[in-house]
Amino acid sequence: MSGIDRRNFIKIAGLTTIIGLSGKPLADAFASQPAQASAAEKEGHVGKRWALVIDPKKCLEKEGCRACIDACHRIHNVPQFDNRKDEIKWIWKEEYEKAFLDQENEFIEDSLKEKPVLVLCNHCDNPPCVRVCPTQATWKRQDGIVMMDWHRCIGCRYCVAACPYGSRSFNWRDPRPFIKEIDKDFPTRTRGVVEKCTFCNERLAKGLPLACVEACPEKAMAFGDLEDPESEVRQLLRNRFAIRRKPYLGTQPVVFYLV
Amino acid sequence: MLEKALVGDKKYWTWVLFLMAIIATGFLFYLRQLGYGLGITGLSRDVTWGFYIAQFTFLVGVAASAVMVVLPYYLHNYKMFGKMTILGEFLAISAVTMCILFITVDLGQPMRAFNLILHPSPSSVLFWDTIVLSGYLLLNVIISRVTLESERKGIKPPSWIKPIIILSIPWAISIHTVTAFIYSGLGGRPFWFTAILTPRFLASAFASGPAFLLLVVFIVRKFTRFDPGREPIQKLAQIITYAMLLNLFFILLEVFTAFYSRIPDHMTSFQYLFSGLDGHSKLVPWMWTSVTLGVLAAVLLVNPKTRQNEKWLIFACAAVFVSIWIDKGIGMVVAGFVPTPLGAITEYWPTFPETMITLGVYALGFLMITIFYKIALSVRGEIST
Ligand code: SF4
Ligand code: SF4
Repeated sequence: MSGIDRRNFIKIAGLTTIIGLSGKPLADAFASQPAQASAAEKEGHVGKRWALVIDPKKCLEKEGCRACIDACHRIHNVPQFDNRKDEIKWIWKEEYEKAFLDQENEFIEDSLKEKPVLVLCNHCDNPPCVRVCPTQATWKRQDGIVMMDWHRCIGCRYCVAACPYGSRSFNWRDPRPFIKEIDKDFPTRTRGVVEKCTFCNERLAKGLPLACVEACPEKAMAFGDLEDPESEVRQLLRNRFAIRRKPYLGTQPVVFYLV
Repeated sequence: MLEKALVGDKKYWTWVLFLMAIIATGFLFYLRQLGYGLGITGLSRDVTWGFYIAQFTFLVGVAASAVMVVLPYYLHNYKMFGKMTILGEFLAISAVTMCILFITVDLGQPMRAFNLILHPSPSSVLFWDTIVLSGYLLLNVIISRVTLESERKGIKPPSWIKPIIILSIPWAISIHTVTAFIYSGLGGRPFWFTAILTPRFLASAFASGPAFLLLVVFIVRKFTRFDPGREPIQKLAQIITYAMLLNLFFILLEVFTAFYSRIPDHMTSFQYLFSGLDGHSKLVPWMWTSVTLGVLAAVLLVNPKTRQNEKWLIFACAAVFVSIWIDKGIGMVVAGFVPTPLGAITEYWPTFPETMITLGVYALGFLMITIFYKIALSVRGEIST
């Protein structure tokens, strides 16, 4: 599956808006997209292979810190349900041993074993979720971001079954009443579609950093272009040993964890 | 020919009205699901497929198994199956219809189902499954219509139908193969990620489908003058025997590979199913029922004395059907999600609305079977109407 460039995406989004009988708020949000996109061509971040590097040690400096999670969920209108069953999350903390179920423990400092690790969609280079989606509602951009078209998703949840990282959430019910404060700049979702982290593609288009990266008080996350040898992510990966989640599956995640 | 379905005795109408009442109830609950969303089901972020998709998987097998009467009849010229082929084909039509309905009720956005056709994605197995399922439906509709029509007119079926019937044989295999690929192609779900899943699916299909067909034949024979004769029933019983033995053997292969290798990923789902994990054991009694019935059925079927005794045969067929229904209609799909890729154990159980919707779809399928069989048997004059 090759990526789809932004212009095609707009076409697709427009088309599915017409065909998809979708909710009005969503349609409105996408109507404003072309303007944003053309601006992005001039001033937005352009990368060849976006990647995220997380330093779990720095992340743990402040106990119970949720700055990145809150920032992401707030600006992306991620609803908050009080039960696990309906839960929707884009980025969250998982016990180290759960996030790296398969890792040999001796690699990792004892102090980290049971500590929480940030997890999110890995924007895999070879994403099974894209491969299985029957409607191309999940697709990969040329810059590596695995995107979702919420207008086109039919809610079959095949992608959820295929993702080996549990990164995807499904809207079991109408999410809107469970959004604390709706951010008008970002679409809300309807019930019956899948969603996940999109590497803040809408912010990248405006030349802004990822919301989570920006919000982190400890600078525990670095975002950048893997194909640029001078980028911060490449420098970090050059100097430190980094692991990825379930590398043996060949999905090629681009979220790296420094050891 | 449809008018034949509109005349019948009191028993017939009571049965039809009973089914319609269940369909209507199921439909009302489906409207509620449309309004509220799939949150009405027992599914969760961790277990995202459940009863609906499991029934679909199970019924694909029933649909595919029609081939077990069509194949000997047309390829090996086994004329004894002549009276039963049309029943097999009608069973296939009803089963595929139920499959399609089960997928539909499982969609989060059913109004967008056409996106499957508008934006086809050849890399998705689900896309191919839609193609092979609808193709199989079409093939069987054409075949059964044409053959029944010529039977009514008392003429030989046109010769062009023969290649279509032959085509339906590999096609039947394909629907179950492709359905198995939905699961076995996912590297992140160790329980499904096994090449033997496909042969296992086929073996269980060729046991459960004909077992169901035999049960229906016994029922129909009781209420009508229809009688396929003793030999074809025994022949079908043999087919069920071999398929069931293979099915059990394949399950053993899975268990050996998982537990001899001691790879945790491959063991945990089995442990969840058969002994429970961390105190979660909702499916354990079900799975043991399935195993017990399966082994019991195999013994009854292998022993010629019991197989040839119709009372035992009926019991064995019912045992095969229930055993495989539990295995595929509950265990197989759910165990793929337990534990999750993050090691969480979340149990799933269908809710009341979910169960009613499921029953509604089944009732619709049974209604179709009833009407089709009524028509077929009236055409042959095997029912007094
Ligand atoms: S982490 Fe999961 S959802 Fe994200 S790209 Fe990889 S497979 Fe897809
Ligand atoms: S749930 Fe939506 S995004 Fe996921 S595979 Fe189905 S259509 Fe694609």
